[in-house]
Formats: sequence, structure tokens, C-alpha cells
Amino acid sequence: MRPDPHLMTPKDLIARRVAQEIRPGTLVNLGIGIPTRVSDHLPEGMGVFFQWENGVVGLGHRPPEGMGDRHLTDAGGSCVSAVPGASIIDSAFSFGLIRGGHLDLTVLGGLQVDARGRLANWMIPGEYVPGMGGAMDLVTGAKRVIVAMLHCVHGQSKIVPECTLPLTSPRRVDLIVTELAVIAPREDGLHLLETAPDVSLAEVLAATAAPLLVAGEVPEMDLR
Amino acid sequence: MHPAITPEDAAALIPDGASVLLSGFMGVGTPDRVVRALAASGRRNLTLIVNDAARPHLGVGPLIAARCVRKFIGSHIGLNPDVQAQMRAGTLEVDLVPQGTFVERIRAAGMGLGGVLTPTGLGTLVAKGKRVIEVEGKPFLLEPPLRADFALIAARSCDYVGNLTYMLSATNFNPIMALAGAVVIAEPEEIVPIGMIPPDAVKTPGVLVDHVIRRAA
Repeated sequence: MRPDPHLMTPKDLIARRVAQEIRPGTLVNLGIGIPTRVSDHLPEGMGVFFQWENGVVGLGHRPPEGMGDRHLTDAGGSCVSAVPGASIIDSAFSFGLIRGGHLDLTVLGGLQVDARGRLANWMIPGEYVPGMGGAMDLVTGAKRVIVAMLHCVHGQSKIVPECTLPLTSPRRVDLIVTELAVIAPREDGLHLLETAPDVSLAEVLAATAAPLLVAGEVPEMDLR
Repeated sequence: MHPAITPEDAAALIPDGASVLLSGFMGVGTPDRVVRALAASGRRNLTLIVNDAARPHLGVGPLIAARCVRKFIGSHIGLNPDVQAQMRAGTLEVDLVPQGTFVERIRAAGMGLGGVLTPTGLGTLVAKGKRVIEVEGKPFLLEPPLRADFALIAARSCDYVGNLTYMLSATNFNPIMALAGAVVIAEPEEIVPIGMIPPDAVKTPGVLVDHVIRRAA
């Protein structure tokens, strides 16, 4: 059934749009937060293997209540299941997959992305220091990096001319998906590719602190 | 051969000021009984090398809460308010390391290598003060080996030779850390007779293990 985008939460809208970027038969890493929801929006039978940093290759959905095993967990320590064909590797091997160019896609949350497509997502100096976990390795090593985040925080745009927070990597990410827009950072700047349902171009521009490049008519996200 | 010891016996081996490799990922694959015994022992000024600070009652949490730790080396501390508070108060030194670099530094120590050349961290705060070495035209950060006085390991099964097996995502850092501690203490969920673990299933050979913790009562 096609979900009504007007009834979706902003975070589910982002997750649904990101899920469309996942190709069959690929190896994908999903970060904590909005990215974790992406797998809920993926059609069955695509042969995609999800991996976590903790060494699970072939992560499945949450098991029914009371049927979890504390030896099989996601990056947050919650019980998960494994799909048929799953495998387990140690942490060094897991980061070999990530850094060694074997990971097709990573989807990460973000605190800021700037006009050069650089991501900051691991610390707010003097306020909150969660640490980078696996994020620096993921952005360095994944073939494709998608940032899935809310467009603004406390009314402030998270897409900024230049990151004021410490960078996760100087690498330019490949795509930014928010509840308002889909944006592709490229050599010449941030290209606005799509707007969310019922969101005008003017609203996106007003909510974005960094300059956006707009070429002609901007299509609306198709959330099939 | 290893007569099994209690978690309290193991904690007593670790002096004030020791450096300790502690396995686990958000408390999964952490030797919890040794951690609790060590926290109860009132040890001080430990340097802990552990991936994440877990939560206050999970993983390394009890050691942080009991103020046993002076220095924390790991990749993620976001879900443990005790760490954030002690760091702000200046009583806990925190060294944040990208997770892939963290495990490779430990592996380098255990494998007798002089360090790791990694692209991770280039162009970020992590690169500050570190050597950049070019190999085949590409820049890499030189990261030094990371070893410790003790490695505390959580295993699924163990025999009295000290051979260890792990299970699913509780494997994580265990087989790597078991190489990099001067003294290796394993806390298995079960101890089985010698010969019961098929050689192919052994992930950490018993020659690396110095002490085995008795199974839980």
C-alpha cells in the first residue's frame, strides 16, 4: 500500500526517501537514529545485507518481544535478528569491510553539512561530546555516503555555508535527505534535486543557510 | 592448564594505576563479573581501553561510576552521563579514537607491528600532532600501537587449556584484545572439558590466556 506522505512523521519521510537509494544486492551500514529506520521502508527480497560496526553482516528486524538473544545486538545494544546467509566477524574485520572499500553505502545522521558537502556529526565542543564511534571510518571508506537528518534544529539550519562544528571527514558526502528536500553536494556547490510533498521551493531556500543551486523546475519527492 | 579463579581473585591481580583492555560493544561481549568485582575493589587511577562507555549500569559503566578510572581511551561516550560529568569536572581524561583506528591500534600491538597507516581522521581534529606518511601517492595518518597490562575478555566457551569461542555480536573486540594484554583474563559463560571445543571453532588459542574465571554459580 502506498503510504500517505501527509500522514508520515518527518523522520519516516526521510527514511522512506533514503530507502529508495538502496540498490539490490549491496552491503549497507545504517547509523543510529533516523538512518536505523531506513530498513523498515525497504521492500523484501532485495538481497541487501545490512552490517553494523559490531560485526553482524546480515542484520534482520527486531525479534518478537521475549525472543531476543543478548549475543545478537545492534549498535545500540538492542536485540536484533539475523537474516538467512548472515555472518559474524570481529571488530577489526568489520572495519576492514568499512575502510577497505567493500561497503557500498552508509547512511549517517548529521549535526551540520556545509556548502562543500562536508559532514560534522560527532561533537559539540563545550556542550556534548558523544564521540565519533565508527563515523569517521564510515565516511572515509564507504563508496557512497548519504546524510539523513532533520533540516533544522531549534529553528537553525543544519545545512550551513561552512561547518562550525568539528568535521567528521573532509570528504564530500554524496546526498543529503531531509524532511524538506533532497540535496546533492557536488564540485560547484549544493544542488537542490527534490522538494518534499507540499513544501515550496521558497520554504526550502528560507530554511537553508547555505546557498542552493536550483536548475529549472524542482520535482517533488516520489514516496512510493 | 588453568584452574579457574573467581572474579574477585582476578580483580586482585590488577593494581592501582594499571592499564586495562576491556572488550564489549554497548555492554555486549563485556566480562561483567570481573568488571563488577573490580569496581567493588576500590581500584584507582586505571587507564581503560574500551570501545564505548556504554551506560551507567552497563558494560564499563560500574567502573566509571565507582571512580576507578583516570583515563578513558575509546570511540564513543555519548550514552553515559557519568563520563560526560567526570570529563567536565576534569577528573577523567578522555582520549577519543575513531573505532576502526582503535581496533587496528590494538591489533598492531598484539601482532607486533609498529603502528597503523590509516586514511581515517585526516583533515579532522584526530590528525592534530600526528605524522602524515605518503604511500603510493596517498596520505595516511600514522597511529601507534595500543597495548595494556591486562586484557579482560568475555567468551562463550572455554576449556581448561584456555581455548576460547565467542558468539555472534558478543565477539566484537575480544579476539583482538586477547592478543594485546600482557596478562589475559577470560570470563567464559561455560567451561567445558579439554577436547570438547573443535579446533576449528577456537577463535583465541589457549596459549594466549593466563587466567580463566570460574563459571557463575
